[in-house]
Amino acid sequence: MLDRRGFMVSGGAFALAQTDAAAAADSGTNIKHDGAEASKNTAADPLYALTPGEAEFLTAVVDAFIPADDLSPSGSECGVVVFIDRQLAGAYGAGARLYQEGPFQPGNGQSQFGPQSPLAPLQFIQLGIAELDAWSMANSNVPVRQLAKPELNTLLQNLEAGKIALPRIDARAFFSALLQLTMEGFFSDPIYGGNRDKASWRMIGYPGLPATYAKAIKQYRGRRYQAEPKSIADFL
Amino acid sequence: MVQVLKSTDAVIVGLGWTGAIMARELSRAGLKVIALERGPDRDAAESFALPQIRDELRYSVRQELMQDPKVETVTLRHRLDDEARPVRRFGSFLPGDGVGGMGTHWNGNTFRFLPSDHRLRSHLTERYGAARIPDDMTIQDWDVTYEDLEPHYSRFEALCGVSGKAGNIAGKIQPGGNPFEGPRSGEYPNRPLTPSHANELFRHAATEIGLHPFPAPASNASAPYVNPEGASLGACQYCGHCDRFGCEANAKATPMSTLVPALRQTAGFSKVTNAYVTRVLYDAKGKRATGVRYVDLRSGETYDQPADIVVLSAWVFGNTRLMLMSGIGEPYDPRSGKGVVGKNYCYQIQPTVQLFLKDEELNPFMGAGGLGMVVDDFNGDNFDHAKLGFFGGGYISLNSTNGRPISFRPTPPGTPAWGTKWKQETAQWYRRTASVLCEGTNYASRTNALDLDPTYRDMLGQPLLRMTYNFTPNDRAMADFLLGKAAEIGRAMNATVVAPQPRKGDFNVVSYQSSHNTGGTIMGRTPSDSVVNRYLQSWDAHNVFVLGSSVFPQNAGYNPTAAAAATTYWCADALVKKYLKDPAPLVSQ
Ligand SMILES: Cc1cc2nc3c(=O)[nH]c(=O)nc-3n(C[C@H](O)[C@H](O)[C@H](O)COP(=O)(O)OP(=O)(O)OC[C@H]3O[C@@H](n4cnc5c(N)ncnc54)[C@H](O)[C@@H]3O)c2cc1C
Ligand code: SF4
Repeated sequence: MLDRRGFMVSGGAFALAQTDAAAAADSGTNIKHDGAEASKNTAADPLYALTPGEAEFLTAVVDAFIPADDLSPSGSECGVVVFIDRQLAGAYGAGARLYQEGPFQPGNGQSQFGPQSPLAPLQFIQLGIAELDAWSMANSNVPVRQLAKPELNTLLQNLEAGKIALPRIDARAFFSALLQLTMEGFFSDPIYGGNRDKASWRMIGYPGLPATYAKAIKQYRGRRYQAEPKSIADFL
Repeated sequence: MVQVLKSTDAVIVGLGWTGAIMARELSRAGLKVIALERGPDRDAAESFALPQIRDELRYSVRQELMQDPKVETVTLRHRLDDEARPVRRFGSFLPGDGVGGMGTHWNGNTFRFLPSDHRLRSHLTERYGAARIPDDMTIQDWDVTYEDLEPHYSRFEALCGVSGKAGNIAGKIQPGGNPFEGPRSGEYPNRPLTPSHANELFRHAATEIGLHPFPAPASNASAPYVNPEGASLGACQYCGHCDRFGCEANAKATPMSTLVPALRQTAGFSKVTNAYVTRVLYDAKGKRATGVRYVDLRSGETYDQPADIVVLSAWVFGNTRLMLMSGIGEPYDPRSGKGVVGKNYCYQIQPTVQLFLKDEELNPFMGAGGLGMVVDDFNGDNFDHAKLGFFGGGYISLNSTNGRPISFRPTPPGTPAWGTKWKQETAQWYRRTASVLCEGTNYASRTNALDLDPTYRDMLGQPLLRMTYNFTPNDRAMADFLLGKAAEIGRAMNATVVAPQPRKGDFNVVSYQSSHNTGGTIMGRTPSDSVVNRYLQSWDAHNVFVLGSSVFPQNAGYNPTAAAAATTYWCADALVKKYLKDPAPLVSQ
């Protein structure tokens, strides 16, 4: 279903047993992501909310947002599609903590008010995927997931810039939702299925938990504090 | 069917900071007090335990501890002739819900307002002449002075174990503190928090250009602390998970950590949670309230709770909405300028300058809610406005509060929001960036106000509160001025990139700005210009008292909670010492 080549094949496994933060901080080395770890458990991820076609659309998009390079595996390799599917399948996707009473005014997309769509996030993303696919078919005869990388990048840039209008959905709000969910999946705690092997945390140097720095705040003034990042799951 | 409950001495609506303080003071005085709180009860040890409490997605992004807009939200329009849109998801401000209210997930910056903030119209008139105040700038005096409030500010600081450095003790300027602050009766209960590297860079640069930096006063205990209520606070771990989270170390002062233990042991106090108050039962002829009505959000049952005293501590939106829905006081009409309920709604304007320092390691994930280095040189009227086209100002600070990666990963201007280049810049700058924040005043204007929305309804079918709000020319000029000063400090810090982020366009409710909303039930000298008198007693119902920043006639360039708490202590003092002996208006009309 999902194209999982690319980074996983090339990514070597250097598990870094860096537990001594102090030592690491002074060494100045860059902790590398563990590509093998990232790829390991991707094959059998079930989908809870999205269809396989929708997941492929998202794979293409999140990999454009987060391309594989020296800094990290690609978005989908980090589990971002899995993350989005699970979020959309749960309370968030159903519109938890979202005021959904009408009337719904035209003026969706007046950014000062936030999204004004009558749809819950799951329906909103599904409609957006269908609409953008239809647009892509009409303009280049292929669905978004089959666009070559440069064409996909151009499409996303145009969507972001408000140059694409979609008939039934606020195209820019759809773009913002895609980007927001992607970033949440890439940077949140790995317990939600994204940020596999804490790839994004390694990339930026965020140590995750346990986050007690009473001494370190002074000790590491102006010096890098480096530690093997820890997730919530590492403490359970 | 409404079930009428047994009468009580006092009923309190909302159990955040102000409600909890009042509950403690009234039950200490021997009253039977019932607090009604719309949200759930929480057990800090259970709810805020490691590792789960450090979950950025759940608490910060999905806002688990905050008000659910499905139950109640607000609507916004920018101009009187616009149609309002509902705020479908909270963004710019994050109302609280449940025992502790917003105080559960606040940061802990605990500033006193300047003496001039408490008598703003008089102060500006004396210094610049009445003609300089624009006609539609509806600022006024609090009718209670800084000197009146000083002991109550001190009490709140002792309650919270505030970490800080005094700048002015009884008129004597103290090195290392804020030389602009009002005279204090003593030092802070705890020494300042340990500054971060970014804090130190800011302090150094600000000093170099002749400003007066000082450590932000913070309700994050720098050392273990026992408060006057006998509650123990732990020492802050600089975990960077204050705002929007509960504190696992019990170091952040919250209503739960500072007051609930004492309240638990007070015989006269009880609370009902999931109790959504819909009305103050008001006897217009007698000019008094008879109690409140609430719906139990679990069963859907409606109850009337009769009470001799009704205290509204449901924050800005709740207080104003309850007054309007109950028909207490005349609703404000921005066109005619008549009426008072909903008047002088203010917010804040917080421009920031993002700094990128290529040779520094700033470890942005280490921080604490109130860990900041501040200059007050351009706050309030601390600088001469004679030749400037605006009034007001704000503090400028560099806060090391959180570097949580879903929300905090700035890149220099011009960086795309995604793709290869975005990744490179994010990886390069995450650990080397800091923001200089300007906490701007907001002075009241004739058209910024609150009323009931004609269209949108809450979960129970009642009208939502509608904000009519936009930044004024004064706000924008003031913000640009502050931004310039903040950028100057950034340059003095030798930042590689100094990126001012001006607030442009209409006010937006999407990106977080602050939860420092004020006004709607303002205090003042007469019923024609205020909802409550100087003791926070309603002019239209002498047994109704209204607490919190909804009583501020305009907003200062500080975080509001210490001032809200100080006025609550002041009100409690008058209630217990004067009102209980003679239940009548405390100020004659
Ligand atoms: C992320 C964040 C950071 C902050 N940081 C700071 C800071 O650093 N410094 C600072 O000074 N301030 C800060 N604040 C603001 C601060 O939290 C508030 O000023 C303060 O907590 C307000 O106290 P309150 O008692 O007036 O209201 P709240 O704490 O909001 O309490 C009101 C209570 O009333 C309840 N309620 C409302 N309506 C009803 C109803 N109809 N029936 C029953 N109950 C009702 C609510 O559920 C709530 O629990 C911050 C706020 C947020 C959200
Ligand atoms: S930074 Fe300090 S006060 Fe804030 S949550 Fe962490 S330990 Fe508590």
